[in-house]
Amino acid sequence: MLEFPTWRKVWLWSLTLVAVAAALPSIFSAANIRWPDALPDPVVNLGLDLAGGSHILLEADPQQVKTQRLQNMEDAVQAAFRSAEPRIRAGDVSTRGERLSFMVESTADVDRAREEILPLVNGTGLVREWDLRVDDETRFVLTQTDAGTEAAVSNAMDAATDVVRKRIDALGTREPTIIRQGENRIVVQVPGLDDPEQLKELLGQTAKLEFKLVDPEFQNAVPNDSALSISKVGTQVVPYAEGSGQEGTSMVVRRLGGIQGDSLIDAQAGKKFDDNSDVVNITFDAQGGARFAKLSSENVNRRFAIILDGEVISAPSFNEPIYGGQAQISGNFTVDSANALAISLQSGALPVDLEIIEERSVGPDLGADSIRKGIIAIMIGFFAVIALMVATYGRFGVYATYALVINVLMLLGIMAIANTTLTLPGLAGFVITIGAAVDANVLINERIAEERRRGRRVVAAVENGYKEASRAIYDANVTNFIAGVLLFLFGSGPIRGFAVVLILGLFTSVFTAVTLSRMWVAGWLRRSRPSELNL
Amino acid sequence: MRLLKLVPNDTNIKFLKYRLPFYVVSILLIAASWALVLTKGLNYGVDFAGGLELRATFEQSENAPIPELREQVASLGYGEPIVQKFGADNQVSIRVRLPEAAEGDNEAAQLIANEIVTEISQNHSDFRLDGNDNVSGKVSGEFWETAIWALVAAMAAISIYIWVRFEWQFGVGAMFALFHDVSLTLGMFALFQLEFSLQIIAAILAIIGYSLNDTIVVYDRIRENLKKFRKMELPELLDLSVNETLARTVMTSLTLFVALIPLVLFGPESLFGLASAITLGLFVGTYSSVYMAAPILIWLGVDSNSFIPEESVADKQDRIARGES
Repeated sequence: MLEFPTWRKVWLWSLTLVAVAAALPSIFSAANIRWPDALPDPVVNLGLDLAGGSHILLEADPQQVKTQRLQNMEDAVQAAFRSAEPRIRAGDVSTRGERLSFMVESTADVDRAREEILPLVNGTGLVREWDLRVDDETRFVLTQTDAGTEAAVSNAMDAATDVVRKRIDALGTREPTIIRQGENRIVVQVPGLDDPEQLKELLGQTAKLEFKLVDPEFQNAVPNDSALSISKVGTQVVPYAEGSGQEGTSMVVRRLGGIQGDSLIDAQAGKKFDDNSDVVNITFDAQGGARFAKLSSENVNRRFAIILDGEVISAPSFNEPIYGGQAQISGNFTVDSANALAISLQSGALPVDLEIIEERSVGPDLGADSIRKGIIAIMIGFFAVIALMVATYGRFGVYATYALVINVLMLLGIMAIANTTLTLPGLAGFVITIGAAVDANVLINERIAEERRRGRRVVAAVENGYKEASRAIYDANVTNFIAGVLLFLFGSGPIRGFAVVLILGLFTSVFTAVTLSRMWVAGWLRRSRPSELNL
Repeated sequence: MRLLKLVPNDTNIKFLKYRLPFYVVSILLIAASWALVLTKGLNYGVDFAGGLELRATFEQSENAPIPELREQVASLGYGEPIVQKFGADNQVSIRVRLPEAAEGDNEAAQLIANEIVTEISQNHSDFRLDGNDNVSGKVSGEFWETAIWALVAAMAAISIYIWVRFEWQFGVGAMFALFHDVSLTLGMFALFQLEFSLQIIAAILAIIGYSLNDTIVVYDRIRENLKKFRKMELPELLDLSVNETLARTVMTSLTLFVALIPLVLFGPESLFGLASAITLGLFVGTYSSVYMAAPILIWLGVDSNSFIPEESVADKQDRIARGES
C-alpha cells in the first residue's frame, strides 16, 4: 500500500495539476483578474441564486391559439365528411368571428353530419369545449366556449414551456428558472449574462419547418410588390426571410403536397462539403423519409422552398432523388444561427408564437452583500478546521490540510471543465464533500493511532491504518454516490444541482484524502524513517 | 509538540444500556414531528408559495440599498423577503410572501404593498414604485413529486447496496436512521415555524449525506468486530464498536461544527436557516448513528455468523478428511 513507483507519482501529480489548473480561470474571474486570452478558460458558472443572470418575459397571443383551433376543427370536420360513407357534401364554409360555420348541401345528410361532428366537439375532457348549433335546418355553427379556449391556451402554454426548457437547457446542467406566469406568459431566467442575443434567437423562433415545391410557372423569385397580384389557384406566396440574401422577393409555392418539419428526428449544425458554408443537417423519421424520397424522385431538377416560420430561407433544386431520410438545409447561415436553428428544430416547434416583451438583467436572489458575508464566514470556518486538524494530528493534519485545499481546487476545476452551474444547493454538496474528505482523514489517522496502540510497528501501523480505514471510506462514498446518481436522475432543479457537485466531489475527496495523502505519508516515512508517530 | 487529545484511549462507555428508553423517546419525537408537520404545516417561503412582487427605482441613487431594504421589509413581519437587482443598478425587485389570509385577495395584497411602500419611502425619498404584481412560486408544482420519488429511489438503491455489502438488517437500520433525521429536521421547522425555503432543501440533502456517512462508519466497525469476536454478545459488541469509533465520531463532528459555527454566527441573515439546519442535523445525524442505527440490529437479530464466508462443499470434505470437527 505504501509503494509509489515514480510513474505512479508522475501520473497522480499530473492529474492533480490538470484539475487544479482548470480551476484557475474561475478563481481569476472571481477575483476580477484578467485571464490571458491565449489560454483556454473553462469557468464554473454561478447560478441565478449566487450571481443573477438574464430575465426574459415571453408572451403568447391567445388569439393565435383560437385561430389555430378553429383551423384544426375545420380540417377535422372536412376529413370526417370526406371519409364518411357516402361522402357528406358541405359548402359555404366560413371561419369568421371565431366561429366555424358551414352548410350541409342536402337536408338528408344533416343527422349523419351531426353524428360525425359530435365526437369532435365533445373532446375527452369534462369541460364543454364547443357549442354546436344548427340554424335553418342545414347551417351548422360551431362556437368555441370560453372554457374550451382557456383549456386550449393552457395546454399550448404548457407545451410551449416544455419546448422553451428543452431549447435552453438541453443538457439539464444550466439551471434556468422557467415558470409560467398568468395565463399566457412565461418567465425565463438564465444564469450568466454572456449572450442574451443567442438566448433571444433561441426563443424567438417558432421553428415551424416546411418543404414546399416551387410552382413550375414561377421558378424564379418574384419582387414582393408584383408577387401580391399573383393569385393562381393552389399556390401561395411566401416572402424570403431577413438575412437570406434575397430580401424583398418572394417565392410562389404549391400550397399542398409538401412535408412538415414535425417528422424530424434529429437536427445538427454542420459544414457543407464543397464550400465549407454553414448548414443544418436534418434526419427524417421513417415516414417523413419515405415522403421526402417520393417528393424528390418525382421532382428531380425542380426547385423547392425551405420555409421556416412562414419565410423562405432558401430554395434549392433536387439534383437527384434523396433516399435515406437525410437532407441538408442551406441558406446564408453563420455558425451561431445554424446552431440556434438546429437546437430549435430538435426541440420541436412552439405551439404558439412567443413574443419577448421584457428583457433585463437580474441580480442574485441572495444579494451580493449576503454572498460576501457568507464567503467570509466560510473562510473563518475553513481556517478553524485547519487549526483543529493540525492541532490534533500534527504532521498528518498538515497532509490532511493540503489534501483539503487541493480537493476544493480540483472540484472547482472539474466543474469548470464539465461546464456545470454552481448554485446554493451545489454549495451544500461542496460542504458534504469537504466533510467526507475531512472524515476520511480522521478515520485514517485514528486508525493508525489505534494500530500503534495495539503494538504494531510504525510502517505496519500506517499501512494497516490506510487499509482498514479504506473499507469504511469506500462503503460510505459508494453509498453517497448511489444517492447522488439517483437524485440526479429523478430530481429536478435544486436537487440536481446538489447531486452533480456531490457526485464529482466524492471522486476528488477520495482521490485527495486517501490517495494523495498516502503518497505524501509514504514519502515522509521513506525519507525520515521515524521510530515513533506523534498522533 | 503535544497534540490535542479529545477522547481518551480505550473508553468503555455503555452507550446502549439505555437503548430502549432512548428508542421510545426518539420514536415519540418522530411521531410528534410528523404530527406537527401535518397539523401546523411548514412555513413556506416565497420560493415555494409565491406572493407579491414590487418593482421599484431609486431615482437619485446609483445603487439600490439592497441590504437595508431587506431589513426594512423583513421588519414588517411578512417573512424573509427576496430583494434583488432588477434591470439597472438602482432598480430592484422585492418579493414577499402573502399571509394566508391575503392569498387571492387583491385588496389585502394591495394593503400590504402600500405598507411596504410607506415603510421604504420613509427612509428613501427617491423611492419610486414601478409596479406590483402577484407572482407564483419559483418552484414548479411537480417539484415535490420528483423530489419525493428521487428520495425514495435513492433510499431503495442504498438499502440494496448496504444489504449486499453488509446484511439486510443494516439496510433497514440505515434507512431508519435517515428517516429519523429528516423527520426531526422537518418537525423542528414546523414547531418553530421557521421559513422553509429552497435552501432548506439543500440543508436536508446535506444532512442525509452526512448521516449516511456516519452510519456507514459505525456499521463498518460492527462488521469488523462481528468477524473478530464470534462469541461476544451483540449489545456488548455494539458498545465496543461505538467506543472504538468514538474518537473519530467526536473529531469529525467537531470539525464540521467549527466549520459551520462561523456561518451561523457571522454569516448573512439569508443563510441563517441553511446553516443552523445543517448544524442541527449534524447532532441529530451523529446521535442517530449510535442510538437509532446500532440498537435496531439487536432487535432485528443480526447473526454473528453473517460475515463468515460460507464453507464450500470441497472445503468441508477437506476438513472432515483431516479429522477436524
